[in-house]
Amino acid sequence: MMIKTIFSGFGGQGVLMMGYSFAHSAMNKGYQTTYLPSYGAEMRGGTANCTVAVADEEIASPVASEPDHLIAMNSPSLFNFQNKITSGGAIFLNSSIIESRPSRKDIKVYAIPCGDMAQELGNTRVANVIMMGAFLKETGIVSADIYLKSLETIMGSKKKSAAEINRKAFAAGFDFIKK
Amino acid sequence: MNKVLMSGNNIIGEAAIRSGCRFYAGYPITPQNELTEYMAEHMREAPGGVFIQSESEIAAIHMIIGASATGARVMTSSSSPGISLKQEGISSMAACELPGVIVNIMRGGPGLGNIRPAQGDYFQATRGGGHGDYRTIVFGPATCQELADLTMSAYDLADKYRTPVMILADGMMGQMMEPVIFKKPKPRHYNENFILKGAGSGKSKFIRGLILDAIDMEEHNWKLERKYQVIKARETLHEEHRTEDAKLVIVAYGTAARIAKGAIKRLRDNGMQVGLFRPITLWPFPEAELRALSARVKKFLVFEMSTGQMLDDVRLALQGYADIEFHGRPGGVVPTPSELANVIARHYKETGK
Repeated sequence: MMIKTIFSGFGGQGVLMMGYSFAHSAMNKGYQTTYLPSYGAEMRGGTANCTVAVADEEIASPVASEPDHLIAMNSPSLFNFQNKITSGGAIFLNSSIIESRPSRKDIKVYAIPCGDMAQELGNTRVANVIMMGAFLKETGIVSADIYLKSLETIMGSKKKSAAEINRKAFAAGFDFIKK
Repeated sequence: MNKVLMSGNNIIGEAAIRSGCRFYAGYPITPQNELTEYMAEHMREAPGGVFIQSESEIAAIHMIIGASATGARVMTSSSSPGISLKQEGISSMAACELPGVIVNIMRGGPGLGNIRPAQGDYFQATRGGGHGDYRTIVFGPATCQELADLTMSAYDLADKYRTPVMILADGMMGQMMEPVIFKKPKPRHYNENFILKGAGSGKSKFIRGLILDAIDMEEHNWKLERKYQVIKARETLHEEHRTEDAKLVIVAYGTAARIAKGAIKRLRDNGMQVGLFRPITLWPFPEAELRALSARVKKFLVFEMSTGQMLDDVRLALQGYADIEFHGRPGGVVPTPSELANVIARHYKETGK
């Protein structure tokens, strides 16, 4: 098994944190993993992205030429990457701010209003964690328990309140996907 | 031992501090900035640790020369254009026989080039780069785990042979995160006699690279050369991957070797017998090991993210005993395993003839 996922969005939406926390939890589940951020002449308000590979074998290239999943937190991300997704793959998009939908019929599309859901929870910054809940419920790559534990490790023990809101946010995204 | 998820740049910094590096000087340049940043934050937590953001790359290399002369384990790091600036100092370190670790997180060149991953500094790293008759031990890590292990080895070898050691990685290795386990570094063995710490009541000592008498300078050159011969005989490292039954072997290092492994997996799934020969030390180059392979493999494909630099070493090693093909993507392009697989498949079909 080899799964490559691109996380993409505005700088500030926490897309690198999504990728990092996902890679961290995959490592804790015992998988091989690589995390590759886009780097370079980025600008405030520009698009940031990262690629995470998760596998039960050695990972050759951390670059995804045909990613299995795309998490698109803004419209430029969707336009940028929608045609790279492998046939049979999936796109998880932030439907709170992305109006268009991919025209491809060979991939699954999950529209998650994670921006609005985050507002309902009273903290717009947790939209990324809500999205992670939906993404992991659907793909099942790592369990909720392992992911939340990784997230707490990364955030550190200093922020008890952050851990609480993250748990709520993750659960909201997790429950949004009906299986 | 605990597995942690860290970026290549940070791993080098952590491995250096764990190895006892207590003096780091550097000047920012993408894509190695996270190493300088890591040192800025963590060197102060190491007892006696010193971090200096120098006014230039040239200042940084000369600062580590000074610190090395006083017996500290030292590091400086940069990316391609910055490493060019350090060459004068690296030549001095070789001449003065001062240990130290220099990290090059390569980017596209020549000139300022770009900030994408590339492998165009192979000649500079393995041929010395600076002036004069000298060699530098060069490691070409291909995984984050190797970045940690080889950084520790770099300190051991730098002390053992009193010579600068370079870690040659690229922007992808520097930026990428992978799980890593930090092993316990070996205890340091470094002769007190080589350290300048004030003569006190004893005889005064000095370290210099200026030897005006030609006969003395010649003798110094031969002394260094004998040392390089010992390094060549003892310190060569390489990895072979699926070469047992291979009809075609890829020769690649660092990021290019990772891509090659991905390509080999695809080709093996289609029944093609291809393998990988990966030099881990780029100098000394594992030439005897590669030549040994040519007893049963008659076709080699050198793959680099350059226009063909290690290619020269492969030619020298194989001495015409096998056919050598080349595929290169210079300038910051990171090709995909499937692209490389297509290139390999084309050459592989020719081996059947």
